[in-house]
Amino acid sequence: MTVENNVQNAPQNGVKALFGLVSRKAWIWAYLAAAATFIAAMMAGSGGGAEAGSLLYAAFTFASFTVIVGIGQMFVVTLGPGNVDLSIPATMTLAGTVALKFMASDGALVVPGLLIAIGVGLGCGLFNFGLILLMRIPPIIASLASSFLFQSVAIWSNRGLRIKPPEGLADFATGGTLGIPNAALVALGVSVLAWIVLERAIIGRWILASGQNKRAARLGGVPVTAVHFGVYVGCAVLAGFTGFLLASFSGGANLNMGTEYMLMSIAVVVIGGSSIAGGNSNVPGIWAAALFMFLLVSMLNSYGLGAGVRLILTGLIIVSVVVLASKKRGRV
Amino acid sequence: MTRDHLRILLPIFSLGLLLAGVFYLQPRAMSYFGLNLLFNLAVPVALATIAQMMILMVNDIDLSIGTFVSFCACVTATFVQSDPVVGYAMLLGAIAVYAAMGAIIHARGLPAIVVTLGMSFFWSGMAILILPSPGGSAPAWLHAMMKAKPPFVPVAIIAPVVIGLIMHYFVKRSSLGVLLRGVGGNSQAIDRSGWSVLGLKATAYGIAGLFGVLSGMALVGLTTSADANIALRYTLLSIAGVILGGGEFTGGRVSPIGAVIGAMTLTLAASFLSFLHLSSDWQIGAQGAILILVLAVRLVFTRREALA
Repeated sequence: MTVENNVQNAPQNGVKALFGLVSRKAWIWAYLAAAATFIAAMMAGSGGGAEAGSLLYAAFTFASFTVIVGIGQMFVVTLGPGNVDLSIPATMTLAGTVALKFMASDGALVVPGLLIAIGVGLGCGLFNFGLILLMRIPPIIASLASSFLFQSVAIWSNRGLRIKPPEGLADFATGGTLGIPNAALVALGVSVLAWIVLERAIIGRWILASGQNKRAARLGGVPVTAVHFGVYVGCAVLAGFTGFLLASFSGGANLNMGTEYMLMSIAVVVIGGSSIAGGNSNVPGIWAAALFMFLLVSMLNSYGLGAGVRLILTGLIIVSVVVLASKKRGRV
Repeated sequence: MTRDHLRILLPIFSLGLLLAGVFYLQPRAMSYFGLNLLFNLAVPVALATIAQMMILMVNDIDLSIGTFVSFCACVTATFVQSDPVVGYAMLLGAIAVYAAMGAIIHARGLPAIVVTLGMSFFWSGMAILILPSPGGSAPAWLHAMMKAKPPFVPVAIIAPVVIGLIMHYFVKRSSLGVLLRGVGGNSQAIDRSGWSVLGLKATAYGIAGLFGVLSGMALVGLTTSADANIALRYTLLSIAGVILGGGEFTGGRVSPIGAVIGAMTLTLAASFLSFLHLSSDWQIGAQGAILILVLAVRLVFTRREALA
């Protein structure tokens, strides 16, 4: 606390303004962290612009999947304490497997396949929300229980088959336009949309208000139940869509393709500077955090560390980032 | 007290119903040997569930318990077996890390969900370092203890009962237990009456760490070997177990006996499916369905409770 006071009182005007910006925009820290890891990763490699370019390209590709599910999770987390969607991985897997099975590598069925993935997401979201609203099950446990069910359905429908995505779709998912990965462009589109919803639309104000104080929001005329409905269903739809995209990208759906996204989706929300207690979220931070998480792993890889050390460092770095960020954000 | 009793009735009832179903489908399970087989994997799950319960009791949630138990299992199957002094020192160190984690979470006002998430990477990294490929072996005494055949009642029944009762007396009857529940209920009140919430949170986390260690050891005693991913499912199972057993996410309202029963119910659910000759595809799904079902029934109960 004393450190924070010194930081806020001592600096002169210019520096003060900078600090003001940084403390208001918590996500700047995530960008700084991402940039630092990028530089560290480059230092380990043999160097050269081409390598830097390919690392950035890979980072943006893989970050884009994390970004889309992260945005869904962010909206859920915004709703306030206890709101987390743990069914994202299962929803992704289910949507991916069902859509790919339907398309059966037939290029003509891409659009219906996409609609099916989104439909699966919609169904999963409705199921989650039904449990939360009608049965008043706490969201964590409701999404946990439903994720067990979704996972089972995915296992049952998939049966270990690995169906290739239609060629055109696979080319799109793995390819790029003007040097930017298509997946990143899609994620960017989703982000812009999410930013508009959160910052410029009445719905965004409603979501933030419900997250800050549900009771006050309800008394103030916010349709809280409808907001929750929209957020949970929206999150599941984004997860379903990501499952579709990821399955097309990685040449087929498999049963544990979503696993890492459970931790990832929550981690990027928090590292990105959104408050886990809800009511205070931002979209740009999600990108920074997703890039940071990917670059972190590739940095540790490029230093030639084993899987064990890599995981340990990943864990320690996540915890330190959270500890550091909490100091800066303690007052907000 | 009657409310607490009501709260515990539902988990008991659901376990009984499930058990009756298993016995109906497979009468031979109704024996010493059968019960032991049905429930022996419930012992480590129950211990992990108690660990999770300690964290939920102080209004936090632990997403790292699964990897932590895996880590403890790896240590048990390697160092504790070959080099006991180092092994036990590592396990003690791990408990200390848990306590420190609780202290930091409280001191900095961090979201437990994120810190434990980060720590889950840490533990799984440690586990891989210690045991890169599945293997190791159980210390002889541990194996003997888990596989012991006391007269009349199998270990798989005795152990959960003992765990449940001890923790019941600790959580519900001891003064420390009351304080810890108080932290979950109203930490400000505890703070203002002169107790150190920091210390209490560290204690709760430390105890959770201890039960995580015990869970890992029990697991190795049963399986006689370990691997770095052996207990990943425990994170979700333990949360589900606590809730199934009548615990709540907030307010320090937990029930140790209920948690143990919840863990047993979830373990039994998997066996029930195989007795039904349903495809194993649905095993995870069945655990989810049972969870939803029990919570739905609980909703009916709590509504009635609220009306009364």
